[in-house]
Amino acid sequence: MTRSFLPITTIAIFILFLWYCLSIVLNSSWAYDRAARNSQTLTFKELVHDTWSQKKPKLPAPHQVFSEMWETTFNKKVTSKRSLVYHTWITLSGTIAGFLFGTILGIVLALAIVHDRATDLSIMPWIITSQAIPILALAPMIIVVLGSMGFTGLLPKAVISMYLSFFPIVVGMVKGLRSPEILEIDQMKTWSATKTQILWYLRIPRSIPYLFTSLKLGIAASLVGAIVGELPSGAISGLGARMLAGSYYGQTIKIWSALFAAAILAATLVTLIGLIQKIISKRMMLQV
Amino acid sequence: MPSENMISAKSISLRFDTEDSVVNALQNVSINISRGEFVSFIGPSGCGKTTFLRIIADLERPTEGEIEVNGMTPEEARRARAYGYVFQAPGLYPWRTIAANVRLPLEIMKYSKAEINERIQRVLSLVELNGFEKKFPWQLSGGMQQRVSIARALSFDADILLMDEPFGALDEIVRDHLNLQLLKLWLKTNKTICFVTHSIPEAVYLSTKIVVMSPRPGRIIDVIDSALPKQRPLEIRDTKPFIEIAQRVREGLRKGQSYD
Ligand SMILES: Nc1ncnc2c1ncn2[C@@H]1O[C@H](COP(=O)(O)OP(=O)(O)O)[C@@H](O)[C@H]1O
Ligand SMILES: [Mg+2]
Repeated sequence: MTRSFLPITTIAIFILFLWYCLSIVLNSSWAYDRAARNSQTLTFKELVHDTWSQKKPKLPAPHQVFSEMWETTFNKKVTSKRSLVYHTWITLSGTIAGFLFGTILGIVLALAIVHDRATDLSIMPWIITSQAIPILALAPMIIVVLGSMGFTGLLPKAVISMYLSFFPIVVGMVKGLRSPEILEIDQMKTWSATKTQILWYLRIPRSIPYLFTSLKLGIAASLVGAIVGELPSGAISGLGARMLAGSYYGQTIKIWSALFAAAILAATLVTLIGLIQKIISKRMMLQV
Repeated sequence: MPSENMISAKSISLRFDTEDSVVNALQNVSINISRGEFVSFIGPSGCGKTTFLRIIADLERPTEGEIEVNGMTPEEARRARAYGYVFQAPGLYPWRTIAANVRLPLEIMKYSKAEINERIQRVLSLVELNGFEKKFPWQLSGGMQQRVSIARALSFDADILLMDEPFGALDEIVRDHLNLQLLKLWLKTNKTICFVTHSIPEAVYLSTKIVVMSPRPGRIIDVIDSALPKQRPLEIRDTKPFIEIAQRVREGLRKGQSYD
Protein backbone atom coordinates (compact mmCIF):
# COMPACT_ATOMS: atom_id res chain seq x y z
CA MET A 1 0.00 0.00 0.00
CA THR A 2 2.62 2.52 1.08
CA ARG A 3 4.99 1.34 -1.62
CA SER A 4 2.44 2.00 -4.36
CA PHE A 5 1.48 5.39 -2.93
CA LEU A 6 4.21 7.43 -4.62
CA PRO A 7 3.87 6.03 -8.15
CA ILE A 8 0.07 6.29 -8.00
CA THR A 9 0.18 9.89 -6.80
CA THR A 10 2.70 10.78 -9.49
CA ILE A 11 0.47 9.37 -12.19
CA ALA A 12 -2.60 11.11 -10.71
CA ILE A 13 -0.84 14.49 -10.72
CA PHE A 14 0.31 13.91 -14.28
CA ILE A 15 -3.22 13.05 -15.42
CA LEU A 16 -4.67 16.14 -13.69
CA PHE A 17 -2.08 18.33 -15.34
CA LEU A 18 -2.81 16.87 -18.77
CA TRP A 19 -6.53 17.21 -18.16
CA TYR A 20 -6.26 20.92 -17.28
CA CYS A 21 -4.15 21.56 -20.38
CA LEU A 22 -6.61 19.71 -22.58
CA SER A 23 -9.56 21.64 -21.26
CA ILE A 24 -7.79 24.90 -22.14
CA VAL A 25 -7.16 23.65 -25.66
CA LEU A 26 -10.60 22.16 -26.26
CA ASN A 27 -12.62 25.00 -24.74
CA SER A 28 -10.56 27.87 -26.19
CA SER A 29 -12.42 28.24 -29.50
CA TRP A 30 -15.66 28.98 -27.67
CA ALA A 31 -13.88 31.49 -25.43
CA TYR A 32 -12.29 33.21 -28.43
CA ASP A 33 -15.61 33.31 -30.33
CA ARG A 34 -17.37 34.95 -27.43
CA ALA A 35 -14.57 37.46 -27.00
CA ALA A 36 -14.68 38.25 -30.73
CA ARG A 37 -18.47 38.81 -30.57
CA ASN A 38 -17.87 41.32 -27.77
CA SER A 39 -14.92 42.81 -29.70
CA GLN A 40 -12.56 41.89 -26.91
CA THR A 41 -9.16 40.30 -26.91
CA LEU A 42 -8.19 37.77 -24.27
CA THR A 43 -4.99 37.70 -22.32
CA PHE A 44 -3.67 34.23 -21.57
CA LYS A 45 -4.79 34.59 -17.98
CA GLU A 46 -8.30 35.51 -19.04
CA LEU A 47 -8.34 32.63 -21.51
CA VAL A 48 -7.39 30.11 -18.83
CA HIS A 49 -9.93 31.52 -16.45
CA ASP A 50 -12.66 31.34 -19.09
CA THR A 51 -11.88 27.83 -20.32
CA TRP A 52 -11.90 26.44 -16.78
CA SER A 53 -15.25 27.93 -15.84
CA GLN A 54 -17.59 27.58 -18.82
CA LYS A 55 -21.10 26.31 -18.14
CA LYS A 56 -21.14 23.81 -20.99
CA PRO A 57 -17.51 23.16 -21.80
CA LYS A 58 -16.39 20.54 -24.31
CA LEU A 59 -14.13 19.20 -21.58
CA PRO A 60 -14.92 20.38 -18.05
CA ALA A 61 -11.94 21.06 -15.80
CA PRO A 62 -11.41 18.60 -12.93
CA HIS A 63 -12.45 21.04 -10.23
CA GLN A 64 -15.74 21.67 -12.05
CA VAL A 65 -16.49 17.96 -12.10
CA PHE A 66 -15.54 17.49 -8.47
CA SER A 67 -17.51 20.46 -7.24
CA GLU A 68 -20.54 19.20 -9.19
CA MET A 69 -20.04 15.77 -7.56
CA TRP A 70 -19.68 17.37 -4.15
CA GLU A 71 -22.74 19.53 -4.68
CA THR A 72 -24.96 16.69 -5.91
CA THR A 73 -23.71 14.27 -3.29
CA PHE A 74 -23.71 16.26 -0.09
CA ASN A 75 -25.97 19.24 -0.69
CA LYS A 76 -29.02 17.42 -2.06
CA LYS A 77 -31.44 15.14 -0.28
CA VAL A 78 -30.54 11.57 -1.17
CA THR A 79 -34.11 10.94 -2.34
CA SER A 80 -33.99 13.90 -4.75
CA LYS A 81 -33.77 13.31 -8.51
CA ARG A 82 -30.89 15.78 -8.50
CA SER A 83 -28.83 13.78 -6.01
CA LEU A 84 -25.90 11.78 -7.34
CA VAL A 85 -26.34 9.39 -4.43
CA TYR A 86 -29.87 8.66 -5.60
CA HIS A 87 -28.80 7.87 -9.16
CA THR A 88 -25.85 5.82 -7.96
CA TRP A 89 -28.18 3.85 -5.72
CA ILE A 90 -30.54 3.12 -8.64
CA THR A 91 -27.66 1.85 -10.76
CA LEU A 92 -26.20 -0.07 -7.83
CA SER A 93 -29.45 -1.90 -7.20
CA GLY A 94 -29.62 -2.95 -10.87
CA THR A 95 -25.98 -4.01 -10.70
CA ILE A 96 -26.40 -6.09 -7.57
CA ALA A 97 -29.60 -7.76 -8.78
CA GLY A 98 -27.99 -8.62 -12.13
CA PHE A 99 -24.82 -9.76 -10.43
CA LEU A 100 -26.72 -12.11 -8.13
CA PHE A 101 -28.72 -13.61 -11.02
CA GLY A 102 -25.57 -13.82 -13.14
CA THR A 103 -23.59 -15.51 -10.40
CA ILE A 104 -26.29 -18.08 -9.73
CA LEU A 105 -26.80 -18.74 -13.44
CA GLY A 106 -23.05 -18.95 -14.01
CA ILE A 107 -22.46 -21.40 -11.16
CA VAL A 108 -25.41 -23.60 -12.14
CA LEU A 109 -24.21 -23.74 -15.76
CA ALA A 110 -20.65 -24.51 -14.65
CA LEU A 111 -21.86 -27.35 -12.42
CA ALA A 112 -23.89 -28.79 -15.29
CA ILE A 113 -20.95 -28.51 -17.67
CA VAL A 114 -18.46 -30.15 -15.32
CA HIS A 115 -20.88 -32.82 -14.21
CA ASP A 116 -21.78 -34.05 -17.66
CA ARG A 117 -19.76 -34.20 -20.85
CA ALA A 118 -22.87 -34.02 -23.04
CA THR A 119 -23.96 -30.76 -21.42
CA ASP A 120 -20.49 -29.39 -21.95
CA LEU A 121 -20.63 -30.13 -25.67
CA SER A 122 -24.19 -28.89 -26.14
CA ILE A 123 -24.20 -25.73 -23.98
CA MET A 124 -20.70 -24.31 -24.26
CA PRO A 125 -20.98 -23.17 -27.91
CA TRP A 126 -24.20 -21.31 -27.08
CA ILE A 127 -22.61 -19.59 -24.12
CA ILE A 128 -19.75 -18.40 -26.27
CA THR A 129 -22.12 -17.28 -29.05
CA SER A 130 -24.18 -15.32 -26.53
CA GLN A 131 -21.17 -13.14 -25.78
CA ALA A 132 -20.47 -12.50 -29.46
CA ILE A 133 -23.69 -10.49 -29.83
CA PRO A 134 -23.03 -6.84 -29.02
CA ILE A 135 -24.94 -5.90 -25.88
CA LEU A 136 -25.80 -2.49 -27.31
CA ALA A 137 -27.86 -4.22 -30.00
CA LEU A 138 -29.45 -6.62 -27.58
CA ALA A 139 -30.26 -4.25 -24.72
CA PRO A 140 -33.09 -2.31 -26.42
CA MET A 141 -34.74 -5.57 -27.47
CA ILE A 142 -34.60 -6.96 -23.96
CA ILE A 143 -36.12 -3.76 -22.64
CA VAL A 144 -38.88 -3.71 -25.27
CA VAL A 145 -39.77 -7.38 -24.85
CA LEU A 146 -39.81 -7.25 -21.06
CA GLY A 147 -41.61 -3.89 -21.18
CA SER A 148 -44.39 -5.39 -23.32
CA MET A 149 -44.78 -8.06 -20.65
CA GLY A 150 -45.18 -5.33 -18.08
CA PHE A 151 -41.70 -5.41 -16.62
CA THR A 152 -39.96 -2.07 -16.38
CA GLY A 153 -37.40 -0.45 -14.15
CA LEU A 154 -35.15 -2.77 -12.21
CA LEU A 155 -35.86 -6.10 -13.90
CA PRO A 156 -34.81 -5.36 -17.50
CA LYS A 157 -31.63 -3.74 -16.20
CA ALA A 158 -30.91 -6.74 -14.01
CA VAL A 159 -31.45 -9.06 -16.97
CA ILE A 160 -28.98 -7.15 -19.15
CA SER A 161 -26.59 -7.05 -16.25
CA MET A 162 -26.93 -10.79 -15.74
CA TYR A 163 -26.37 -11.40 -19.43
CA LEU A 164 -22.96 -9.75 -19.19
CA SER A 165 -21.92 -11.08 -15.81
CA PHE A 166 -22.73 -14.80 -16.01
CA PHE A 167 -20.08 -15.39 -18.67
CA PRO A 168 -16.91 -14.77 -16.63
CA ILE A 169 -18.50 -16.78 -13.81
CA VAL A 170 -19.15 -19.81 -16.04
CA VAL A 171 -15.69 -19.73 -17.56
CA GLY A 172 -13.91 -19.28 -14.22
CA MET A 173 -15.99 -21.84 -12.36
CA VAL A 174 -15.59 -24.50 -15.06
CA LYS A 175 -11.86 -24.02 -14.83
CA GLY A 176 -11.96 -24.03 -11.02
CA LEU A 177 -14.15 -27.11 -10.72
CA ARG A 178 -11.79 -28.92 -13.05
CA SER A 179 -8.68 -27.76 -11.18
CA PRO A 180 -8.21 -30.75 -8.81
CA GLU A 181 -5.24 -32.88 -9.76
CA ILE A 182 -5.62 -36.41 -11.12
CA LEU A 183 -4.08 -37.71 -7.88
CA GLU A 184 -6.83 -36.07 -5.86
CA ILE A 185 -9.53 -37.55 -8.05
CA ASP A 186 -7.89 -41.01 -7.87
CA GLN A 187 -7.75 -40.72 -4.11
CA MET A 188 -11.49 -40.01 -4.06
CA LYS A 189 -12.05 -43.07 -6.26
CA THR A 190 -10.17 -45.27 -3.80
CA TRP A 191 -12.79 -44.25 -1.24
CA SER A 192 -15.58 -45.00 -3.74
CA ALA A 193 -16.78 -41.43 -3.43
CA THR A 194 -19.83 -40.54 -5.52
CA LYS A 195 -19.70 -37.77 -8.12
CA THR A 196 -21.64 -35.51 -5.78
CA GLN A 197 -19.22 -36.19 -2.92
CA ILE A 198 -16.23 -35.44 -5.16
CA LEU A 199 -17.95 -32.21 -6.12
CA TRP A 200 -18.75 -31.21 -2.57
CA TYR A 201 -15.56 -32.22 -0.78
CA LEU A 202 -13.00 -31.53 -3.50
CA ARG A 203 -14.11 -29.64 -6.59
CA ILE A 204 -16.03 -26.85 -4.88
CA PRO A 205 -13.35 -25.97 -2.29
CA ARG A 206 -10.72 -26.07 -5.02
CA SER A 207 -12.79 -23.72 -7.18
CA ILE A 208 -13.07 -20.95 -4.57
CA PRO A 209 -10.01 -18.93 -5.71
CA TYR A 210 -11.27 -19.12 -9.30
CA LEU A 211 -14.73 -18.06 -8.17
CA PHE A 212 -13.43 -14.86 -6.64
CA THR A 213 -11.44 -13.91 -9.72
CA SER A 214 -14.64 -14.44 -11.73
CA LEU A 215 -16.74 -12.47 -9.27
CA LYS A 216 -14.47 -9.44 -9.69
CA LEU A 217 -14.84 -9.60 -13.46
CA GLY A 218 -18.55 -10.31 -13.06
CA ILE A 219 -19.36 -7.34 -10.84
CA ALA A 220 -17.59 -4.96 -13.23
CA ALA A 221 -19.51 -6.46 -16.14
CA SER A 222 -22.75 -6.14 -14.13
CA LEU A 223 -22.19 -2.44 -13.65
CA VAL A 224 -21.61 -1.95 -17.36
CA GLY A 225 -24.80 -3.93 -17.98
CA ALA A 226 -26.85 -1.81 -15.58
CA ILE A 227 -25.62 1.43 -17.16
CA VAL A 228 -26.21 0.15 -20.69
CA GLY A 229 -29.68 -0.89 -19.53
CA GLU A 230 -30.41 2.68 -18.47
CA LEU A 231 -29.43 4.21 -21.80
CA PRO A 232 -32.16 3.17 -24.25
CA SER A 233 -35.05 2.83 -21.85
CA GLY A 234 -35.98 6.46 -21.56
CA ALA A 235 -35.21 5.95 -17.91
CA ILE A 236 -34.96 9.09 -15.85
CA SER A 237 -32.93 7.71 -13.01
CA GLY A 238 -29.62 5.93 -12.75
CA LEU A 239 -26.11 6.92 -13.75
CA GLY A 240 -26.70 5.80 -17.34
CA ALA A 241 -29.83 7.93 -17.62
CA ARG A 242 -27.92 10.86 -16.19
CA MET A 243 -25.17 10.47 -18.76
CA LEU A 244 -27.74 10.34 -21.55
CA ALA A 245 -29.67 13.34 -20.24
CA GLY A 246 -26.43 15.23 -19.87
CA SER A 247 -25.55 14.55 -23.48
CA TYR A 248 -28.99 15.72 -24.72
CA TYR A 249 -28.54 19.09 -23.09
CA GLY A 250 -24.79 19.40 -23.54
CA GLN A 251 -24.29 19.31 -19.79
CA THR A 252 -20.85 17.81 -19.98
CA ILE A 253 -20.13 18.42 -16.30
CA LYS A 254 -23.06 16.17 -15.43
CA ILE A 255 -21.86 13.44 -17.78
CA TRP A 256 -18.41 13.49 -16.31
CA SER A 257 -19.61 13.43 -12.74
CA ALA A 258 -21.85 10.44 -13.52
CA LEU A 259 -18.88 8.78 -15.17
CA PHE A 260 -16.73 9.29 -12.11
CA ALA A 261 -19.48 8.07 -9.84
CA ALA A 262 -19.61 4.88 -11.94
CA ALA A 263 -15.85 4.45 -11.77
CA ILE A 264 -15.80 4.93 -8.00
CA LEU A 265 -18.68 2.49 -7.65
CA ALA A 266 -16.86 -0.13 -9.74
CA ALA A 267 -13.64 0.26 -7.76
CA THR A 268 -15.52 -0.01 -4.46
CA LEU A 269 -17.37 -3.16 -5.50
CA VAL A 270 -14.24 -4.89 -6.80
CA THR A 271 -12.32 -3.94 -3.66
CA LEU A 272 -15.13 -5.29 -1.51
CA ILE A 273 -15.02 -8.65 -3.26
CA GLY A 274 -11.25 -8.64 -2.92
CA LEU A 275 -11.61 -8.17 0.83
CA ILE A 276 -14.08 -11.04 1.17
CA GLN A 277 -11.70 -13.15 -0.91
CA LYS A 278 -8.82 -12.39 1.45
CA ILE A 279 -10.83 -13.33 4.52
CA ILE A 280 -12.13 -16.58 3.05
CA SER A 281 -8.78 -17.59 1.54
CA LYS A 282 -7.12 -17.05 4.89
CA ARG A 283 -9.71 -19.18 6.60
CA MET A 284 -9.35 -21.90 3.99
CA MET A 285 -5.54 -21.77 4.13
CA LEU A 286 -5.43 -21.16 0.39
CA GLN A 287 -2.91 -18.84 -1.19
CA VAL A 288 -4.49 -15.72 -2.64
CA MET B 1 -15.92 -65.67 3.73
CA PRO B 2 -12.31 -64.51 3.93
CA SER B 3 -10.04 -66.34 1.52
CA GLU B 4 -6.53 -67.25 2.50
CA ASN B 5 -5.34 -65.72 -0.76
CA MET B 6 -5.77 -61.99 -0.34
CA ILE B 7 -4.56 -60.98 -3.78
CA SER B 8 -4.05 -63.37 -6.64
CA ALA B 9 -2.95 -62.20 -10.07
CA LYS B 10 -2.82 -64.57 -13.04
CA SER B 11 -0.81 -63.57 -16.14
CA ILE B 12 -1.58 -59.87 -15.87
CA SER B 13 -0.50 -57.69 -18.79
CA LEU B 14 -1.16 -54.02 -19.28
CA ARG B 15 -0.36 -52.06 -22.42
CA PHE B 16 -0.66 -48.28 -22.54
CA ASP B 17 -1.51 -47.23 -26.10
CA THR B 18 -0.56 -43.60 -26.41
CA GLU B 19 -0.59 -41.56 -29.58
CA ASP B 20 3.07 -41.95 -30.39
CA SER B 21 4.01 -45.17 -28.63
CA VAL B 22 2.91 -48.40 -27.01
CA VAL B 23 4.21 -49.11 -23.51
CA ASN B 24 4.16 -52.61 -22.08
CA ALA B 25 3.88 -51.48 -18.49
CA LEU B 26 3.29 -55.03 -17.25
CA GLN B 27 3.76 -58.37 -18.99
CA ASN B 28 2.61 -61.72 -17.73
CA VAL B 29 2.70 -60.90 -14.04
CA SER B 30 1.46 -63.64 -11.70
CA ILE B 31 1.59 -63.55 -7.94
CA ASN B 32 -0.25 -64.79 -4.89
CA ILE B 33 -0.34 -62.73 -1.72
CA SER B 34 -1.72 -64.31 1.44
CA ARG B 35 -3.63 -62.64 4.20
CA GLY B 36 -1.40 -60.79 6.65
CA GLU B 37 1.66 -60.67 4.41
CA PHE B 38 3.89 -57.65 4.00
CA VAL B 39 4.91 -57.60 0.35
CA SER B 40 7.43 -55.18 -1.11
CA PHE B 41 7.70 -54.44 -4.81
CA ILE B 42 11.15 -53.29 -5.81
CA GLY B 43 12.64 -52.38 -9.15
CA PRO B 44 13.96 -49.47 -11.20
CA SER B 45 11.47 -46.77 -12.09
CA GLY B 46 9.24 -47.56 -15.02
CA CYS B 47 9.01 -51.28 -14.24
CA GLY B 48 5.29 -51.06 -13.51
CA LYS B 49 5.20 -51.08 -9.70
CA THR B 50 2.73 -48.22 -9.53
CA THR B 51 0.72 -49.69 -12.38
CA PHE B 52 0.40 -53.02 -10.54
CA LEU B 53 -0.79 -51.30 -7.37
CA ARG B 54 -3.25 -49.27 -9.42
CA ILE B 55 -4.61 -52.46 -10.97
CA ILE B 56 -5.22 -53.93 -7.51
CA ALA B 57 -6.95 -50.67 -6.59
CA ASP B 58 -9.14 -50.68 -9.73
CA LEU B 59 -7.60 -47.42 -10.91
CA GLU B 60 -6.36 -49.23 -14.05
CA ARG B 61 -7.77 -52.26 -15.88
CA PRO B 62 -5.36 -54.94 -17.13
CA THR B 63 -5.41 -55.60 -20.87
CA GLU B 64 -5.02 -59.31 -20.22
CA GLY B 65 -5.09 -61.67 -17.29
CA GLU B 66 -7.18 -62.08 -14.19
CA ILE B 67 -6.92 -60.65 -10.74
CA GLU B 68 -8.85 -61.25 -7.55
CA VAL B 69 -8.74 -59.07 -4.47
CA ASN B 70 -10.08 -60.72 -1.33
CA GLY B 71 -12.07 -63.08 -3.54
CA MET B 72 -13.64 -60.26 -5.57
CA THR B 73 -12.90 -58.37 -8.75
CA PRO B 74 -10.90 -55.21 -8.09
CA GLU B 75 -14.00 -53.12 -8.75
CA GLU B 76 -16.07 -55.06 -6.23
CA ALA B 77 -13.19 -54.85 -3.77
CA ARG B 78 -12.95 -51.08 -4.23
CA ARG B 79 -16.69 -50.68 -3.69
CA ALA B 80 -16.45 -52.89 -0.61
CA ARG B 81 -13.68 -50.58 0.63
CA ALA B 82 -11.30 -53.51 0.87
CA TYR B 83 -8.14 -51.41 0.69
CA GLY B 84 -6.62 -48.14 1.82
CA TYR B 85 -4.25 -46.45 -0.62
CA VAL B 86 -1.30 -44.31 0.45
CA PHE B 87 0.06 -42.29 -2.44
CA GLN B 88 3.59 -41.01 -2.83
CA ALA B 89 2.44 -37.49 -1.92
CA PRO B 90 0.43 -37.12 1.30
CA GLY B 91 -2.44 -35.49 -0.61
CA LEU B 92 -3.88 -33.74 2.44
CA TYR B 93 -6.47 -31.00 1.98
CA PRO B 94 -4.92 -27.69 3.05
CA TRP B 95 -8.27 -26.27 4.16
CA ARG B 96 -8.94 -29.17 6.53
CA THR B 97 -7.34 -29.74 9.91
CA ILE B 98 -5.52 -33.01 10.58
CA ALA B 99 -8.60 -34.46 12.26
CA ALA B 100 -10.80 -33.26 9.40
CA ASN B 101 -8.43 -34.81 6.85
CA VAL B 102 -8.63 -38.18 8.59
CA ARG B 103 -12.38 -37.75 8.84
CA LEU B 104 -12.82 -37.22 5.10
CA PRO B 105 -13.08 -40.88 3.96
CA LEU B 106 -15.23 -41.65 7.01
CA GLU B 107 -17.63 -38.85 6.11
CA ILE B 108 -17.73 -40.11 2.55
CA MET B 109 -18.48 -43.60 3.83
CA LYS B 110 -21.20 -42.17 6.08
CA TYR B 111 -19.98 -43.38 9.44
CA SER B 112 -21.84 -42.03 12.48
CA LYS B 113 -20.43 -39.00 14.23
CA ALA B 114 -19.51 -40.86 17.40
CA GLU B 115 -17.80 -43.59 15.45
CA ILE B 116 -15.89 -41.06 13.35
CA ASN B 117 -14.49 -39.37 16.45
CA GLU B 118 -13.54 -42.66 18.04
CA ARG B 119 -11.76 -43.79 14.86
CA ILE B 120 -9.87 -40.52 14.42
CA GLN B 121 -8.44 -40.93 17.91
CA ARG B 122 -7.58 -44.56 17.32
CA VAL B 123 -5.74 -44.16 14.00
CA LEU B 124 -3.96 -40.98 15.05
CA SER B 125 -2.58 -42.83 18.03
CA LEU B 126 -1.53 -45.71 15.74
CA VAL B 127 0.72 -43.26 13.88
CA GLU B 128 1.61 -41.46 17.12
CA LEU B 129 0.04 -38.14 16.20
CA ASN B 130 -2.35 -37.55 19.08
CA GLY B 131 -2.60 -33.91 19.97
CA PHE B 132 -2.23 -32.74 16.37
CA GLU B 133 -5.96 -32.89 15.60
CA LYS B 134 -6.45 -29.14 15.34
CA LYS B 135 -3.27 -28.40 13.37
CA PHE B 136 -3.30 -27.72 9.65
CA PRO B 137 -1.16 -29.73 7.19
CA TRP B 138 1.30 -26.89 6.56
CA GLN B 139 2.15 -26.90 10.26
CA LEU B 140 3.45 -30.49 10.01
CA SER B 141 6.72 -31.84 8.58
CA GLY B 142 6.68 -34.03 5.45
CA GLY B 143 7.08 -37.18 7.51
CA MET B 144 4.22 -36.25 9.81
CA GLN B 145 2.01 -35.43 6.84
CA GLN B 146 2.69 -38.85 5.38
CA ARG B 147 1.75 -40.42 8.73
CA VAL B 148 -1.55 -38.53 8.61
CA SER B 149 -2.07 -39.95 5.16
CA ILE B 150 -1.43 -43.47 6.53
CA ALA B 151 -3.82 -42.84 9.42
CA ARG B 152 -6.44 -41.76 6.93
CA ALA B 153 -5.93 -44.93 4.88
CA LEU B 154 -6.28 -47.01 8.04
CA SER B 155 -9.33 -45.19 9.36
CA PHE B 156 -11.97 -47.33 7.66
CA ASP B 157 -10.45 -50.69 8.61
CA ALA B 158 -9.70 -52.02 5.16
CA ASP B 159 -7.91 -55.39 5.24
CA ILE B 160 -5.39 -54.31 2.62
CA LEU B 161 -3.02 -51.37 2.69
CA LEU B 162 -1.52 -50.32 -0.66
CA MET B 163 1.47 -48.01 -0.29
CA ASP B 164 3.25 -46.47 -3.27
CA GLU B 165 6.69 -45.23 -2.19
CA PRO B 166 5.16 -43.52 0.83
CA PHE B 167 8.52 -42.56 2.29
CA GLY B 168 10.30 -41.89 -1.01
CA ALA B 169 10.49 -38.14 -0.48
CA LEU B 170 11.78 -38.31 3.12
CA ASP B 171 15.32 -38.33 4.48
CA GLU B 172 16.86 -41.52 5.79
CA ILE B 173 16.56 -40.82 9.52
CA VAL B 174 12.85 -40.02 9.29
CA ARG B 175 12.47 -43.01 7.04
CA ASP B 176 14.05 -45.40 9.57
CA HIS B 177 11.69 -44.13 12.20
CA LEU B 178 8.65 -44.50 9.99
CA ASN B 179 9.73 -48.01 8.94
CA LEU B 180 9.89 -49.03 12.57
CA GLN B 181 6.49 -47.50 13.17
CA LEU B 182 4.98 -49.12 10.12
CA LEU B 183 6.23 -52.54 11.19
CA LYS B 184 4.71 -52.09 14.66
CA LEU B 185 1.49 -50.98 13.09
CA TRP B 186 1.43 -54.01 10.79
CA LEU B 187 2.01 -56.38 13.73
CA LYS B 188 -0.76 -54.71 15.68
CA THR B 189 -3.35 -54.54 12.91
CA ASN B 190 -2.50 -57.70 10.98
CA LYS B 191 -3.17 -56.04 7.64
CA THR B 192 -2.03 -57.26 4.26
CA ILE B 193 0.39 -54.62 2.99
CA CYS B 194 1.65 -54.06 -0.56
CA PHE B 195 4.54 -51.64 -0.41
CA VAL B 196 6.40 -50.11 -3.35
CA THR B 197 9.97 -48.97 -2.75
CA HIS B 198 13.26 -48.12 -4.41
CA SER B 199 15.30 -49.02 -1.38
CA ILE B 200 16.73 -52.52 -0.89
CA PRO B 201 17.24 -52.21 2.92
CA GLU B 202 13.73 -50.86 3.31
CA ALA B 203 12.27 -53.76 1.32
CA VAL B 204 14.23 -56.40 3.21
CA TYR B 205 13.60 -54.83 6.59
CA LEU B 206 9.85 -54.60 6.19
CA SER B 207 8.77 -57.55 4.12
CA THR B 208 7.71 -61.14 4.44
CA LYS B 209 7.84 -61.33 0.67
CA ILE B 210 9.92 -59.30 -1.78
CA VAL B 211 8.94 -59.04 -5.43
CA VAL B 212 11.82 -57.98 -7.69
CA MET B 213 10.72 -56.40 -10.97
CA SER B 214 12.37 -55.19 -14.15
CA PRO B 215 11.26 -52.77 -16.87
CA ARG B 216 10.50 -52.83 -20.60
CA PRO B 217 8.34 -54.82 -20.40
CA GLY B 218 7.50 -54.71 -16.70
CA ARG B 219 7.73 -58.21 -15.29
CA ILE B 220 8.62 -60.18 -12.16
CA ILE B 221 12.24 -61.36 -11.96
CA ASP B 222 12.23 -62.98 -8.55
CA VAL B 223 9.95 -63.54 -5.57
CA ILE B 224 11.79 -63.91 -2.27
CA ASP B 225 10.08 -65.23 0.86
CA SER B 226 11.88 -63.76 3.82
CA ALA B 227 12.62 -65.98 6.80
CA LEU B 228 13.32 -63.05 9.13
CA PRO B 229 11.31 -63.11 12.36
CA LYS B 230 8.23 -60.92 12.63
CA GLN B 231 9.74 -58.85 15.44
CA ARG B 232 12.50 -56.80 13.83
CA PRO B 233 14.63 -54.28 15.67
CA LEU B 234 16.54 -51.90 13.36
CA GLU B 235 19.77 -53.74 14.24
CA ILE B 236 18.54 -56.80 12.35
CA ARG B 237 19.90 -55.05 9.28
CA ASP B 238 23.43 -56.00 10.30
CA THR B 239 22.72 -59.73 10.69
CA LYS B 240 23.72 -62.42 8.22
CA PRO B 241 20.23 -63.55 7.08
CA PHE B 242 19.31 -59.92 6.38
CA ILE B 243 22.44 -59.37 4.29
CA GLU B 244 21.88 -62.59 2.37
CA ILE B 245 18.35 -61.57 1.39
CA ALA B 246 19.58 -58.10 0.40
CA GLN B 247 22.19 -59.76 -1.82
CA ARG B 248 19.58 -61.89 -3.52
CA VAL B 249 17.46 -58.79 -4.19
CA ARG B 250 20.48 -57.00 -5.63
CA GLU B 251 21.24 -59.96 -7.88
CA GLY B 252 17.67 -60.00 -9.12
CA LEU B 253 17.84 -56.32 -9.95
CA ARG B 254 21.11 -56.85 -11.81
CA LYS B 255 19.68 -59.78 -13.76
CA GLY B 256 16.73 -57.61 -14.74
CA GLN B 257 19.05 -55.01 -16.17
CA SER B 258 21.15 -57.45 -18.19
CA TYR B 259 18.03 -58.35 -20.20
CA ASP B 260 18.10 -54.89 -21.77
N1 LIG C 1 -1.37 -43.47 -17.98
C1 LIG C 1 -0.27 -43.87 -18.65
N2 LIG C 1 -0.18 -43.71 -19.98
C2 LIG C 1 0.90 -44.12 -20.66
N3 LIG C 1 1.97 -44.72 -20.12
C3 LIG C 1 1.97 -44.90 -18.78
C4 LIG C 1 0.85 -44.50 -17.98
N4 LIG C 1 1.12 -44.80 -16.69
C5 LIG C 1 2.34 -45.38 -16.68
N5 LIG C 1 2.85 -45.46 -17.94
C6 LIG C 1 4.13 -46.07 -18.32
O1 LIG C 1 4.14 -47.39 -17.84
C7 LIG C 1 5.42 -47.73 -17.33
C8 LIG C 1 5.32 -48.19 -15.90
O2 LIG C 1 5.00 -47.09 -15.08
P1 LIG C 1 4.87 -47.15 -13.52
O3 LIG C 1 3.94 -48.25 -13.15
O4 LIG C 1 4.53 -45.80 -13.05
O5 LIG C 1 6.35 -47.51 -13.07
P2 LIG C 1 7.03 -47.44 -11.64
O6 LIG C 1 5.98 -47.11 -10.64
O7 LIG C 1 7.62 -48.81 -11.45
O8 LIG C 1 8.10 -46.41 -11.72
C9 LIG C 1 6.31 -46.52 -17.51
O9 LIG C 1 7.06 -46.68 -18.70
C10 LIG C 1 5.31 -45.39 -17.65
O10 LIG C 1 5.84 -44.39 -18.48
MG1 LIG D 1 5.87 -45.38 -9.35
